[in-house]
Amino acid sequence: MRRLDARLLLPVLSLALLLAAVFWVQPRAMSYTGLNLLFNLAVPIALATIAQMLVIMVDDIDLSIGTFVSFCACVTATVLHDSPLLGVLVLGAAVAVYAALGALIEARKLPAIVVTLGMSFVWAGLAVLMLPAPGGATPDWLRTLMTVKPPLLPMAILACVLLAVVSHLLVTRSALGTRLRAVGGNARSVARAGWSVVRLKAVAYGLAGVFGVLSGMALVGLATSADANIALRYTLLSIAGVILGGGEFTGGRVSPVGAVIGALTLTLAASFLSFLRLSPDWQIGAQGAILVLVLAARLLVRRRAVA
Amino acid sequence: MSGLVRPWSWAFAAAGLTYAATVALTGVQGAPGLLVATLTFASFSVLVGLGQMAVITLGPGNVDLSIPAVMTLAGTLSLKLMDGAAGTEAWGLLAALGIGLGAGAANYALILLLRIPPIIATLSASFMFQSLAVWSNRGLRIKPPDTLATFSTGATLGMPNLAWIALLAAAVFWVLIERSAYGRRLSAIGQNARAARLAGVPVEGVRAATYLLSAVMAALAGFWLACFSGGAALNMGAEYLLMSIAVVVIGGSSIAGGNSNVPGIWGAAMFMFLIVSMLNSYGLGAGVRLILTGAVIIAIVAAASGRRAAA
Amino acid sequence: MDLSAAPAPIVALAGAGRSFGAVRALAGVDLSIAPGECLGLVGHNGAGKSTLVNLVTGALAPSEGSVRHAAGDPRASGVRWVAQELSLAPNLTVAENLILTQRDLRGLGWRNPARARIRAALDRVFPDHGLDADATVADLTLAQRQMAEIAMAFAEGGPDPRLVILDEPTSSLDASRAGQLLEHVRRFRDGGGAIVFISHILGEVFAVATRIVVMRDGRIVDDRPAGGFTRSGLVEAMGHVVRGGDRTERRNDKGPEVVATAEGLRAHAGEVVGLAGLAGHGQAEALARLFLARTSAWRGRGPVPVAFVAGDRARDGVLPLWSIARNLSLAGLSLLTRAGLVDRGAEGALARDWRGRIGIRTDDVDRPILSLSGGNQQKVLFARALATEAPIVLMDDPMRGVDVGTKAEVYDMIRAEAARGRTFLWYSTEAEEMTLCDRAYVFRNGRIAAELAGAEITEERLLAASFEMGEVPG
Repeated sequence: MRRLDARLLLPVLSLALLLAAVFWVQPRAMSYTGLNLLFNLAVPIALATIAQMLVIMVDDIDLSIGTFVSFCACVTATVLHDSPLLGVLVLGAAVAVYAALGALIEARKLPAIVVTLGMSFVWAGLAVLMLPAPGGATPDWLRTLMTVKPPLLPMAILACVLLAVVSHLLVTRSALGTRLRAVGGNARSVARAGWSVVRLKAVAYGLAGVFGVLSGMALVGLATSADANIALRYTLLSIAGVILGGGEFTGGRVSPVGAVIGALTLTLAASFLSFLRLSPDWQIGAQGAILVLVLAARLLVRRRAVA
Repeated sequence: MSGLVRPWSWAFAAAGLTYAATVALTGVQGAPGLLVATLTFASFSVLVGLGQMAVITLGPGNVDLSIPAVMTLAGTLSLKLMDGAAGTEAWGLLAALGIGLGAGAANYALILLLRIPPIIATLSASFMFQSLAVWSNRGLRIKPPDTLATFSTGATLGMPNLAWIALLAAAVFWVLIERSAYGRRLSAIGQNARAARLAGVPVEGVRAATYLLSAVMAALAGFWLACFSGGAALNMGAEYLLMSIAVVVIGGSSIAGGNSNVPGIWGAAMFMFLIVSMLNSYGLGAGVRLILTGAVIIAIVAAASGRRAAA
Repeated sequence: MDLSAAPAPIVALAGAGRSFGAVRALAGVDLSIAPGECLGLVGHNGAGKSTLVNLVTGALAPSEGSVRHAAGDPRASGVRWVAQELSLAPNLTVAENLILTQRDLRGLGWRNPARARIRAALDRVFPDHGLDADATVADLTLAQRQMAEIAMAFAEGGPDPRLVILDEPTSSLDASRAGQLLEHVRRFRDGGGAIVFISHILGEVFAVATRIVVMRDGRIVDDRPAGGFTRSGLVEAMGHVVRGGDRTERRNDKGPEVVATAEGLRAHAGEVVGLAGLAGHGQAEALARLFLARTSAWRGRGPVPVAFVAGDRARDGVLPLWSIARNLSLAGLSLLTRAGLVDRGAEGALARDWRGRIGIRTDDVDRPILSLSGGNQQKVLFARALATEAPIVLMDDPMRGVDVGTKAEVYDMIRAEAARGRTFLWYSTEAEEMTLCDRAYVFRNGRIAAELAGAEITEERLLAASFEMGEVPG
């Protein structure tokens, strides 16, 4: 646990710092409605970040998650809305494709970056087929779920806490999650102990697909309609979220709680920059700068730890 | 490298087939126009593809994700500098190249100083390049000087001027990759960085030069694309991220590094343009086009890795 | 051996052998390991110990003969293995690492049993270990990782351990921890468990083994109760027939000192200096450090100060996509470059010149390097280094997989180049090659343990210095 805390220190600190800055600039944000507005879009981003984390955990990277979430959003707003059973089938098939990709990448030793980049086009194409123009409609139950106003804390924050707990149990605590992390840490020993790395990678990618589907659904629940480009930014955001949350690109060192915090930080950063009346021009750049700053800070911390 | 069938001939064969299939549908009268369009649009893919090829040749984990942002930044800033005035063309081009050098240096500095994988370094840097471009542009569309606009849409000896430029760039890269000490060392690092270092190859020097080269090529492509389309647009580089990787992979370079293929870049760039126009002329929508593009790339990567595994 | 009197063996090999392509790593091994036995397994590098271990653990299938385990497969028979290289997942905690080897840990409630098992094992093997079962492996010292890995092998559960293979288990442990381990090995053995114990410290082997098996050239050459051996007898059984007295024209006139490292490695111009000792005792690392310190990662122009000959060809030497000529010219590329371009005519001439001088068997230097046999690939790597004109040449066990005739040619070439004033630093695990050196450093546990010069370099002296003959620690 001590180790976990040390890894989470930097993400928690960044989030707290940013939150303090937001409240200082805009004291009215310090309310139920204010918080709800600030973190409104955090849930789908956090779900996509967890999906990305599951892939990074097994030493790969997923450059298709943005278009995949867009595709899932389009399915949710069209097929799932019109005929729920068929919608569930389509989304289930999408998850199966994800799992198959993981198996393919490991079995044939393909570069994940190229395969997922290619897949990003496939998902984008499917999304365009589903929804050539922005539109569709949110299933009512989903809309209700995403906009419910629970007492004390806004839905977005509550959902993020729930997500952190669930993914922590899944990835950090469960036997399966531990085995999956071992694939990222030392795939050779995993294979030597008699496990099928191909199967484990398929599971990791499949789980990533599940969280990607949930992200797309959550997004539609908030946005009331969908379009084929709705979540393109999520690829970059999700990678940044994993890194901000203390994850590393190799070696299976990831933190689900950190990833959720990273996603919250990114969401908040966007709100903060708009509060500062900083032109939206700088928003992407600021996200890049934050990423670089965190990586630099982490390098410094680690140097000190080594010294 | 021996054998009758060279690896890049597949890309040209595929391009030829798609060309024929398209002409078969649209009729012979459209054939010359299609060829000119192909050469023109392939030029941009060739320029960015050459740089990406050098980076990918460095070996696993080496990809330059900042290419679209550098294209946008160079296109935007150089057009802003020239402000459409005559006599500024050389300065504009120099500025674009300088921006490329600066962006490449920033990329490599992040890789070296933060010790992060190139994919993340170039990604984070691209965020900042993109913002810089957005900020400097402010949604204004500045026209290029007339000379450049005319030149970039014109042709010499029947071939588009941009194609001449891309052809020249490919020739330079061919010499660089096949004949120079740099190319040798680049390939050595891509095959086995450890063995290369133990053979005295200056690994860091070569890596730095390669990231500079890639960014400069992206800047060059951005400059000409902005001139060609009558002004820089903020999303003008977007499609060139996948394109740059795709032409490298389809062109017969090894995605695992060490083996690059300059002629294949041209074949693959034409194929990538032609397949889109073919699907267009067959009346298929954007969705199917995207799906097929992605499927082609995955199929080629899977097939290439199968060949390697069998060897 | 009379098996009827002994309890049923946990594993039994009958005529077992294993070939890798044309190389026969292990042949005709008859061996059974019974409960209550501690088998000391000794032999040189390449004697076949690790192949034998791989057969026993089931990591490799035999290509001839049979390997039978008591309960069918190795896992169910309780065969555990502490390999020489670390096999823990560094991103997991000590307790979490159990999930890979113990299949009965499942679901959500597995962490407490895992913790209990590893804690109990640690307490048993290394009393007062001070190791936290929840510590991440990456945060542990090398010694702590080794302790954790050993404790994992002895941990109860999924199924309990019955045969534990320890391959150099004390390489990172200090004397008192090593003593605790040996004590536990004796306890485990006396309690009916079986052990295979591999160590270069003969004192440890004698301290725990009930029976010692000596391997050489892929065969078991001796198999007796431990009491039947003396230490020097054991060293003799491991060694080859000593060839003496064919070293020629040894130089006595020393040139200026050209190498002097902090760890005590020194060499003079024109000297052939050996780095001896068992494999993996820091010789290769010392050479690599020296090379990296003397060459730049940024600049690639001008004369080459030092050249490196790799022994692990696939990892450190051969560039598999290239031709023979390109592989050969790489290190000296700056000498062939004019205005940034490689002079291909000069390159071809250089390659053909060396093909003749060092006898690379090919009709065309533009053929792929992989078309050559291993020995000829090695010659290309030699030529790569020698063609640089570098005054210092480092050689990292370069004679692996090289046939006898080639070896003789290369030895002559090394002597000739040394006579011209070049300095060679030569790591080899073969004592025979070390006897060709002017001077030799014997490495043990990453440090120089002895320095021998001239006629002192004999197989006996090298072996004696490579193995710690001292008393059992603790």
